[in-house]
Amino acid sequence: MKEIKNDKLIIEKNLCKGCGICVAFCPKNVLEIKDKKVSIRDLDSCIQCGLCELRCPDYAIYLGGK
Amino acid sequence: MVSKLIDKYYRTDRLPHIWCTGCGNGIVLRSIVKAIDNLGLNKDDICVVSGIGCSSRASGYLDFNTVHTTHGRALAFATGIKFSNPNLHVIVITGDGDCAAIGGNHLIHAARRNIDITTVVFNNNIYGMTGGQYSPATPTGDKGTTAPYGNIDYNFDLCELAKAAGATYVSRSTIYAANMIIKQVEEGIKNKGFSFIETLTICPTYYGRKNSKGNAVDMVTHLKDSAVNISAYEKLSEEEKANRIPIGELYKRNRPEYTEKYESMMKLF
Repeated sequence: MKEIKNDKLIIEKNLCKGCGICVAFCPKNVLEIKDKKVSIRDLDSCIQCGLCELRCPDYAIYLGGK
Repeated sequence: MVSKLIDKYYRTDRLPHIWCTGCGNGIVLRSIVKAIDNLGLNKDDICVVSGIGCSSRASGYLDFNTVHTTHGRALAFATGIKFSNPNLHVIVITGDGDCAAIGGNHLIHAARRNIDITTVVFNNNIYGMTGGQYSPATPTGDKGTTAPYGNIDYNFDLCELAKAAGATYVSRSTIYAANMIIKQVEEGIKNKGFSFIETLTICPTYYGRKNSKGNAVDMVTHLKDSAVNISAYEKLSEEEKANRIPIGELYKRNRPEYTEKYESMMKLF
């Protein structure tokens, strides 16, 4: 059974510098780099672990939307 | 829009920050703020003091009482601030060059006095802001703009230095293990005495490029692979220890705190 998702992944493209740290260490391969900025590849597999938010040096990705 | 945490504690009009693509300073700074949030401290009860360098730009992005001071002297200013108002939680943000080179004496004496200051060192192994000169934390043999054929100096083990000088809480972590930074900063703030927290971060622009360490992801992966928790590190053989860095809570002890000692002295008069 799939868990009910409370938080949605939000990307703030203005802040993203495209370093790729969140993409490389996402355990579920949710993210990708597109046009030198991060974008969501597959939101359904996101487990809301928050590691992307934890390791984003530019505060461009976070869990918080509904 | 930014996350609630960033919105609450940052001067968001200053974002995006000045740090390069892939620089780990932002990760350490968020971890410090997260630790403060976890402790539920009042914003006005915190004073962040920083020196000069890439890392020291951090104070400008934070919405606490902040002081951006002169090169290497962050701990000297912080000592004065703590002395004038011992109820403040004073947090010093400094870099490896700022703290270990020009501010080396301030570091050892702040540790010796055991004054209640939490020092967070952003160790990126190089002087980033001024163009990639080698610092006291650049590993032996690694290159910088002032060491084009490799650095012949031995690098400082900053945690050992702080421990020997008298700090009461000494720990180390990496930006890969950012959860550990959060926990350590919490412990550091709670510790009544001099807390020294070294965070290993990355500089892809100067250190990475000069030493062919790859991009930000490669450098973080290297940190992930080379850092070992202290309990596991102690069980390794000497050979295995050579290329590994111990992380975790390295040292803890109890000693009377400086401002408390001073206050009890003043009661004599």
